[in-house]
Amino acid sequence: MRSNRAVEIEQAAMEGTTTTVGGKTAQAAADSASPARELGGAFPGLSLLPQESSDGIPTYWVPKEKARPILRFLRTGLERPFRMLYDLTAIDERARARQPGEPARDFTVVYHLLSYDRNQDIRLKVPLEGEYPALPSVTDIWPSANWYEREVWDMFGIGFEGHPHLCRILMPRTWSGHPLRKEHPARATEMGPFELPEEKQEAEQAALQFQPEEWGLARRGEETDFMFLNVGPQHPGTHGVLRIVLQLDGEVILDAVPEIGFHHRGAEKMGERQTWHTYIPYTDRIDYLGGVMNNLAYLLPVEKLAGIELPPRATVIRVMLCELFRIASHLVWYGTFAQDVGALSPVFYMFTDREKIFGIVEAICGGRMHPSWFRIGGVAQDLPRGWDKLVRDFVDYLPERLDEYDKIVMKNRIFKARTVGIGAMSLDQAVEWGVTGPNLRACGFEWDFRKKRPYAGYEQFEFDIPTATSGDCYARAVVRVEEMRQSLRIVRQCLENMPPGPYKSDHPLTTPPLKERTMRDIETLITHFLGVSWGPVIPAGEAMVAIEATKGSNGYYLLSDGNIHPYRLRIRAPSFPHMQMLPEIARGLMVPDLLAILGSIDFVLADVDR
Amino acid sequence: MSETARSLLNSAGLLAATLGLASGLIWLERRLLALWQDRYGPNRVGPFGLLQVLADMIKIFFKEDWIPPFADRPVFVMAPAVIIISVLMSFAVVPAAPGIGVVDLNVGLLFFLAMSSMGAYSVVLAGWASNNKYSLLGGLRSAAQMLSYEVFMGLSLMGVVVLAGSFNLREIVLAQRRIWFVVPQFLGFVVFLIAGLAETHRLPFDLPEADSELIAGFHSEYSGMKFGMFFVGEYLGVILISALISVLFLGGWMGPLLPPLAWFLVKTLFFICLFILFRAALPRPRFDQLMGFGWKAMLPLSLLNLMATAAVVLWIGGPR
Repeated sequence: MRSNRAVEIEQAAMEGTTTTVGGKTAQAAADSASPARELGGAFPGLSLLPQESSDGIPTYWVPKEKARPILRFLRTGLERPFRMLYDLTAIDERARARQPGEPARDFTVVYHLLSYDRNQDIRLKVPLEGEYPALPSVTDIWPSANWYEREVWDMFGIGFEGHPHLCRILMPRTWSGHPLRKEHPARATEMGPFELPEEKQEAEQAALQFQPEEWGLARRGEETDFMFLNVGPQHPGTHGVLRIVLQLDGEVILDAVPEIGFHHRGAEKMGERQTWHTYIPYTDRIDYLGGVMNNLAYLLPVEKLAGIELPPRATVIRVMLCELFRIASHLVWYGTFAQDVGALSPVFYMFTDREKIFGIVEAICGGRMHPSWFRIGGVAQDLPRGWDKLVRDFVDYLPERLDEYDKIVMKNRIFKARTVGIGAMSLDQAVEWGVTGPNLRACGFEWDFRKKRPYAGYEQFEFDIPTATSGDCYARAVVRVEEMRQSLRIVRQCLENMPPGPYKSDHPLTTPPLKERTMRDIETLITHFLGVSWGPVIPAGEAMVAIEATKGSNGYYLLSDGNIHPYRLRIRAPSFPHMQMLPEIARGLMVPDLLAILGSIDFVLADVDR
Repeated sequence: MSETARSLLNSAGLLAATLGLASGLIWLERRLLALWQDRYGPNRVGPFGLLQVLADMIKIFFKEDWIPPFADRPVFVMAPAVIIISVLMSFAVVPAAPGIGVVDLNVGLLFFLAMSSMGAYSVVLAGWASNNKYSLLGGLRSAAQMLSYEVFMGLSLMGVVVLAGSFNLREIVLAQRRIWFVVPQFLGFVVFLIAGLAETHRLPFDLPEADSELIAGFHSEYSGMKFGMFFVGEYLGVILISALISVLFLGGWMGPLLPPLAWFLVKTLFFICLFILFRAALPRPRFDQLMGFGWKAMLPLSLLNLMATAAVVLWIGGPR
């Protein structure tokens, strides 16, 4: 597979993309122009080693010294460049055997780039050797790399030369070790009992003291002393445990430093110990307002790896529940956003409506906020009798309410005065900072993964992509409000065209295994027993599917080496980059505007911290 | 009945009535908000949840009265008392009905304006003494808000004074025998209503406490009965402003059929409910928008109103 000639690389890349499921891949609409060929032109003599992936994203091994120039070229040198750093993460490779043909390494740093112009992704993997390796930072190429590199440092101990402020981001400063390294304990029982003597508590407290100098912030200006205001971790406006330190001149925000990690629960680490099946409930709690939408983001790559195709009924049930959850999530955002700008009542109306959605979800799934309802290869059970009446009542009921909310929120003059022109970001800014979802569409860019790269059967549905132009708080609100109406359209189509048939795929790797087959003979019984107790063994490979989740683009990057659990599970969460760019749009505004922005970008802290 | 006994009875009665009404408002506001927000509100303690007030009071009395070690102790303790005292003092000049009212000052209206300015100190001092950045921001906002809204609050009432030819509140009521001042002084009425909202820190003018931004603003550090005093002080303010609106613009106790006191109470209650409705319906503007609105819209309007009224009165030839 090694080759110095670009044409062969190209061919190999195409082979990589053909390992797809059902003839439909995320790259179906991909451009024929290959970045690998263009790279070959720009770097003569470059040897790009392709790596097989199950998701069709061209994946190449790049030597450490070449990584930065190649990334820079992909960002700036191409005709239609990869302008967005979709994800940046790492893999601790020391606990698994090297596959023949792959470079020797202890760690791998993975860059996942996205080009909207090409509707194409590219994944670059950089092999690193040594106990605590380092490589050059790309923060000057993508500003959004800043937090991602800090996260990789925090989790793996991999350094980034030239990073402006490489420090821990998710773990507390006092933490020792890097949790996603394989030698780091994954369970509390592997560590000593937790103790908090007074000295330790004081040391922890002291570590939380904010030092402006560390962040390059001045304590005083030419004429005034600045005030540093701690917003959070306990604050009614931050929607959870988030700390933002504001540098204030009066009430004007000069700079803001978001501090995250208070909600970090090691979801990625847990992925390495749970089986493929038993990890599903953990996903519900990442974007805890998105419910089954998280299941979908996780299961799509699992099914890609396993080569499972879904029966039509399972597909439509999934879409219907996902869209119901999108509405539920947007309703919570709607109410709390209104509350952030001081309107007391809307949140009660919207929670009432959300309650109705939970009524449907409860009838179908049994659970409410975290139903964990999707399974590998389908959903847990068929729809209950009478589900259609519940859904029909709801889709008939909500539009009128949404019209009323338009009057009390969107058309309110004080609300407009608080949100129009506040916290505006340009489309360029949004792309460079990795902004996705409604926040991106509010900048006037019509991009929806459901339309542009249909997954999970979305190509069968009719709906529009709402956009707005100004990219400010109000525009973000306009997009989300309209999205609820579009989601209702999709739900109605599901309701009227629900196909008959099985709710789960007839595939040996679906979980739990089909019960009908168990009692035939000892072989089927053993297979069922193993499938239930260990869970399925997912074939080796790697896959990621970017979906349009409630907050933006969510994707689970899964590495399987043919075991009952993933070797590495990476969650690309939309709220993380959104939170990172907060200071960018908050500078120069006032404290109340910060709250309006926080409300408008619609983040979930569990989604930021994972 | 001797004069002294009568005024003592009057004072005691008014004190009891206003404090009773203020605590009743806790229940009323929660029930009304609940009604407008599609929920129940407190409905478990006693009939219609009426005893909720009692339960709340018991709770608040037994809460730990915590003074933070970093606070400026004497000022911290004094601040909540200032608001209660200044608002209660204002009630002295409010004529509830013929024969009911503590004192008939011939500068009654000015006395009220003076007292309401005093109330501003309470918030500023509380914000300052708490020695907390959020409280400080709340205190600062409050100072700026008071300063700008006091100005046209006074000005908006001058039209009424010109029409009635007196600062005495009782005489102002009597001057409305022919027509309530809300008609000729509609502009003044609107401006005073808005200024009154600002004066009592009610949404949409609750910037000094702005819970989603400043946690609880100037009273973030207060707990127990000291917090309770701010709480009651706010409700007393609402009652005071509502009572004054009915006295100044709606003919006070005057009205057909019902006894005078009942009319006064009905009018006052109407405005109290209106205040609560505002809270249920409106979002909160930003601080600078509020100031801009005050100086650029309200102040010119109240000046215009004053000059127009004065001109008309001169044209027709003096009051009455």
